[in-house]
Amino acid sequence: MARSNKPILWLPFAGGGLVAALIMPVLILITGVLVPLGVLHLHYETIAAVAHNPVGKLVLLGALALPAWHAAHRLRMTAHDLGLGGGIFVKAGCYGTAGLLTFTAALALILI
Amino acid sequence: MSETITLEVLRYHPETDSEPHFRSYTVPYKDEWVVLDALNHIKDNLDATLSYRWSCHMAVCGSCGMMINNEPKLSCHAFLRDYRGGVIRVEPLDHFPIERDLVIVMDSFMDKLSGVKPYLIPKEDRPLAEGEYLQSPAELNTFHRYTQCINCVLCYAACPQIGLNEDFVGPAALALAHRYNLDSRDGGRDARAEVVASNEGVWECTFVGACSQVCPKQVDPAAAIQQIKISASVDWLKNLLTPGGYR
Repeated sequence: MARSNKPILWLPFAGGGLVAALIMPVLILITGVLVPLGVLHLHYETIAAVAHNPVGKLVLLGALALPAWHAAHRLRMTAHDLGLGGGIFVKAGCYGTAGLLTFTAALALILI
Repeated sequence: MSETITLEVLRYHPETDSEPHFRSYTVPYKDEWVVLDALNHIKDNLDATLSYRWSCHMAVCGSCGMMINNEPKLSCHAFLRDYRGGVIRVEPLDHFPIERDLVIVMDSFMDKLSGVKPYLIPKEDRPLAEGEYLQSPAELNTFHRYTQCINCVLCYAACPQIGLNEDFVGPAALALAHRYNLDSRDGGRDARAEVVASNEGVWECTFVGACSQVCPKQVDPAAAIQQIKISASVDWLKNLLTPGGYR
């Protein structure tokens, strides 16, 4: 038996799990609840500066893309667990969506 | 009349039966009896042709695993009082061929177990005169829980991946591989990785966690497998970044 190349999918899955568990809830709380309710005041210029900075862009890309890969892999595993198989359509649907989201996020961040 | 309880036991004698079938037995109910006691009562008093494995009657030997009302359990660990008022359905462990009645064919597990080299492969070959390989309590602690496995294979019966792909190395064998990988005296991680980190190794696991739930010795194979995934991924990254392949 040879060693598997699965880590190429599992590493973004594991990283995405961490981001989804630890960072996403905080981002949702800030951008989805506290700011709209007026509890927290963020200046547009400050946030825009983060999105303009190359390191800030990378962090934002990680926060957006990694959970997408996490969701893709988990949905494919769930399909497998449910006996739907791991056919090309399931794989293309899951990882294709994650790839598309990553590409869109990267493009948007580059264009900012 | 004293209280009784009914067991529906899967019977299969390959030389006479075309397929497995259930047979009911009514046995005395006792608070302190486990399912294994009820089976022994059947064997001794009602039907001597019933076959099943058992030895210690104290959750040490790992030989009396069965499906009890669809859950993989040691029959010496399943008290009748937890099923009082109902019927107890006893079947051989899921995901294994039936040898006879409640006895399963374990060859596939034995092959998987030996495949992960579940023994110490010393880091350095030292002459006997240099004495023992010393280990601190902290070093022992890192793998101690994984030494508790009794090879009862309840985890294989519980694992949905084994049900989908019988070639999956599976929880107990991977947890034992991890036990030796974590041992400070061991140097066999690379040799084991050929199986452990293969497509049929840890990567078949989707972390359902049923293995750890049914384990009668709290080994937590699911945790072992996730830890191996991390170390195998680090190895994979290192391999990618260093010319010449795996160390």
